Amino acid sequence: MSGVLAVIRKELTIYFSTAIFYITGFFFLVLGGYFFYSNLVYYSLLSFQGGQNPQLAALLNPHQMIFRPLFGTLAIVFIMMVPLLTMRLLAEEKRSGTAELLFTYPLTDWAVILGKFFSALLVYALLLLFTLSYALLFASLAKLDWGPILSSYLGLLLLGGACLSLGLFASSLTENQIIAAVIAFALLLLIWLIGWQAELDTSGLSGFFAALSMLEHFENFIKGVVDTRDLIYFLSFILFFLFLTKRQLESRHWRA
Amino acid sequence: MIEVQDLTKYYGATLAVNRISFHVARGEIVGFLGPNGAGKTTTLKILAGFLSPTTGTARINGYDCFTESLKTRRSLGYLPETVPLYPDLTVTQFLQFAARAKGVDGRRAKTEIDRAIADCGLKEVRQVLIGSLSKGYRQRVGLAQALLNRPPLLILDEPTIGLDPSQIVEIRQLIKELAGEHTVILSTHILPEVSQLCQRVIIINRGQIVASDTPDNLSRQLGGGSRISLLVKGPPAEILAGLRTLAGVREAAAVGENRYLVHTQNGDDLRPQLARLVVERGWELLELKSQEFTLEEVFLNLVTEEEA
Repeated sequence: MSGVLAVIRKELTIYFSTAIFYITGFFFLVLGGYFFYSNLVYYSLLSFQGGQNPQLAALLNPHQMIFRPLFGTLAIVFIMMVPLLTMRLLAEEKRSGTAELLFTYPLTDWAVILGKFFSALLVYALLLLFTLSYALLFASLAKLDWGPILSSYLGLLLLGGACLSLGLFASSLTENQIIAAVIAFALLLLIWLIGWQAELDTSGLSGFFAALSMLEHFENFIKGVVDTRDLIYFLSFILFFLFLTKRQLESRHWRA
Repeated sequence: MIEVQDLTKYYGATLAVNRISFHVARGEIVGFLGPNGAGKTTTLKILAGFLSPTTGTARINGYDCFTESLKTRRSLGYLPETVPLYPDLTVTQFLQFAARAKGVDGRRAKTEIDRAIADCGLKEVRQVLIGSLSKGYRQRVGLAQALLNRPPLLILDEPTIGLDPSQIVEIRQLIKELAGEHTVILSTHILPEVSQLCQRVIIINRGQIVASDTPDNLSRQLGGGSRISLLVKGPPAEILAGLRTLAGVREAAAVGENRYLVHTQNGDDLRPQLARLVVERGWELLELKSQEFTLEEVFLNLVTEEEA
């Protein structure tokens, strides 16, 4: 456990002392702010029209019209951003040779993997925390239903964990950060969109593809539904890729 | 402390280490010597638990370096050959991480870090990013992390490379002080370092141990007798002939103006006989001294014999 903490502290120090975190964080918040703003403007426009049209007014719901599309778009931005946060984690240790130090300290492979995973998750959670300002801002102006907001954040956190574990695995495959980022990005996009296959598929596997898709499982959270199937999907996704990472790290012993 | 038995390591089809076996007792300082690519670094990496052996075993304190590596890693400090460090951390941040990773925490970590910083002369750069340090400082940071918590076993792969002469003396002194309680294995190219520091030398060539003994014994045994250098004034041809006929002389040669080199048989000390001979013949004796084989010569001898 102390080993995990040691790795977390080291990784966080590196995250906060290099530019990559600040740059990705900055642009993430710029994009998030823009999406929130445009959704909000559109909503207020509809609200004006709703004043004259009681049928439309009944359909107006700030969560469905502002936050649900906002979180849906943010998830896509995260998928593009995650490879940038994870590409360094193991690839750089291998390239610079510091893996030789790391793995000759009395740290277990799991301590290294979990330390790196949780440090990335903390950085991600910090960025999420900033986006909470949109909800707070809205709540200061109008009535906001916090339930679906919280379930959305739970979904975003799990989605982030899943993407980061996959990114960590991609980083364990190579010494090159760019290659690690490309692998992570391609796999994430594939898993995100594999649900599309469900709609086109005629071979009877559509249920299988839908169950595999991250998008399908994430959608429930931003609707405000916390389903154990989705929880289990994300948690097993995370464990699966952490396990693959562990296996990949072990391969250093028999590959020279 | 260390037992290595029939250790073999292949990199793909390349044989790096070929069935080597050796022991190191607690408190010994052992030097690993060998040309580039001889298998020194590979052996040290296996001992440090970074690589696994293809066959054979390496044990530290009875624990296997591969299957029980967590236990062996707790008792060692390792300085890799390339001195890998995190460029984005300051010296103190890095040593803090190293201390925590070694399970040293809280107040003890602080005293350990302060001591390592003082030992390795890092006081003035403790808040500097490692990425902007010079080669010499980086080497010292590498040493500092290995020395943290004073592990019972130190594995140092070329510890003094890149240091300036005064630092080399300091670090050697530090390593000497560690002997006794701590076991040190170091690899090096610098032969005087071995003769100064190590109680025992293991010479490796092409993945195999070609010699293992104290530096003095190696110089003596492998020299095959001793050499005596003379500075004598007189007719060169006569002197050479005279030297060659003296009993116990294996070979005599002129190596410069008035300077002769006599190889004796069985390592006998022929200085009295040589002095008498020169005086009897009426030549002028200016200098007479015995010459030991240096470790360089022993090393070259061993390595080239292997290759011949």
